[in-house]
Amino acid sequence: MMSAHTRRPISAKTFVGLVIVAVQLLPVYVTLTVALKGQTDLSSVWVLPAAPLWDNFAQALGAGKLARAFMNTTIITVAATALVVLLGALAGYPLARSRSRLNSVVLGFILAIMMIPALSLLVPLYVLMNRLRAISTFQGIIPVHVAFNLPLTVFLFTNFIRSVPRELDEAAFLDGCSVYSIFYRIMLPLLKPVTVTSVILTSVAVWNDFQYSIYFLQKSEMRVITLAINGFFGISGSNLHVGSAAALLSIIPVTVLFLVLQRYFVSGMVAGAIK
Amino acid sequence: MEKDYAKANILYVPVLLILAMYVVYPFFDGIRIAFTNWNGFSQKFKFVGATNLIRLFADGNVRIAFVNTLVYGFGSTLLQQILGLAYAVLLTGDFRGRTVVRTIIYLPVLISALVMGAMWYYVVQYDGALNEVLVLRGHSKVFWLSQRTTTVSLLVVINTFQYVGVSMVIYIAGIQAIPGTYVEAATVEGAGAWRRFGKIILPLLFPALLTSITINLIGGFKLFDIIMALTAGGPGYTTHSLATLIYSTYFGGQQAGFSAAIGLLLFVTILFFTLVFNRFVRGREVEYT
Repeated sequence: MMSAHTRRPISAKTFVGLVIVAVQLLPVYVTLTVALKGQTDLSSVWVLPAAPLWDNFAQALGAGKLARAFMNTTIITVAATALVVLLGALAGYPLARSRSRLNSVVLGFILAIMMIPALSLLVPLYVLMNRLRAISTFQGIIPVHVAFNLPLTVFLFTNFIRSVPRELDEAAFLDGCSVYSIFYRIMLPLLKPVTVTSVILTSVAVWNDFQYSIYFLQKSEMRVITLAINGFFGISGSNLHVGSAAALLSIIPVTVLFLVLQRYFVSGMVAGAIK
Repeated sequence: MEKDYAKANILYVPVLLILAMYVVYPFFDGIRIAFTNWNGFSQKFKFVGATNLIRLFADGNVRIAFVNTLVYGFGSTLLQQILGLAYAVLLTGDFRGRTVVRTIIYLPVLISALVMGAMWYYVVQYDGALNEVLVLRGHSKVFWLSQRTTTVSLLVVINTFQYVGVSMVIYIAGIQAIPGTYVEAATVEGAGAWRRFGKIILPLLFPALLTSITINLIGGFKLFDIIMALTAGGPGYTTHSLATLIYSTYFGGQQAGFSAAIGLLLFVTILFFTLVFNRFVRGREVEYT
């Protein structure tokens, strides 16, 4: 990384970069121009209106029930992420430290689970959820997210704990710590980087989820953001202008978080991808 | 101490229970359902043997969805490698605005694919941004979302733009890991930029290439959100992937048994291509020597 004071040269590359940025931002820009106009405004989608109309945003939050959807999504994301990280960290400890044959089988099993695409299980999963009376409930959808995000998290924690020197454990053990208190006192404070990675990977996946939600959250008051957005594009009386406002509102939280925590996001995503 | 660690094995029991209940059990139950004619809600159903599995090969909609799934998978993967690599080369160079460009390429990765699809709708719909440009240049408007080849290609392109950031960061990490002396040595020996790229950078990026291709392939095969946002599989059944066909066969068609069978087909497809790909490339890595 260069210091902010060093001026980089403006070159042909800057121009190419601008073109790429323009393409990437095109859908966002067009969505914005639509969001700021009323349904009767037939002007080009390339131009912003002279007098922006903010009413679409208010409608999306109110009548479009986006505010409710934000609430639901937040509850589900926070709960699922907390559970995934807690259970993943706990599981990673014995899997990293006790290298018995049993544990290598267990780890292999957890990794093999990652090969099963969730989509191929949706019918039997729906049957299970129905039997548990868990359709359209928080206690129904949260464990589903937990289950499908756990394998990667367990893997990340196991790898990370393996990289922590065993001498630390042994010293504490000789001082009379039990394996549990070693985990609590020695390991836990060291797990910050991998915890950040896991929180990012899991919360982004859950926050953005559409495929499980469309199956398992069918009551309108249980809608999450993606379902609410999808609702605006339905065949039944779609309002593209309110829909565009809703789409823009929905990307604000992730965008802001990303811009603030960019370094963690990218290194976390790379860690998740490469391992 | 090893014995004491083993006592801690109890800490992974919750994970195993959850996976058993939400993944392993449904996996086998799905195989059972695939052998029935269950409609998804009735109490009554019959075991129909391999009827659903045979139908996988006979059903025209499944064939279309299967071919589309391959196009989504391989098409996006190909485009993402080309663009991702080009972006990575550009963005490891030094120029003003580099960080901003990187951020903006990566940002869509974090946005829901459904929302991304919805935003692209304003570009490609009949009264959208793309057609306005066509009209302005004297062409007539095009129905971008009404003809199979055009629409499927468009979905591939949109998926590529959303996830090219993943390949890009993998390649940037790969390029930055290449020792600078290699490139310098080649430059001193008189190798031009293309030659340096082809003979040094590309071969050393092989591990990054593997990672990126595997991720993109799996992601493309599973394509669901963008299709749901833009076409919902239509017009007719022409743009369905296996993933969206599972959904519409279950809820729209009320054929849970057949839908579960398509689920198995998706599972086998992804497993097959990932294994074949990994077998194909194993042992072909180039090492730093």
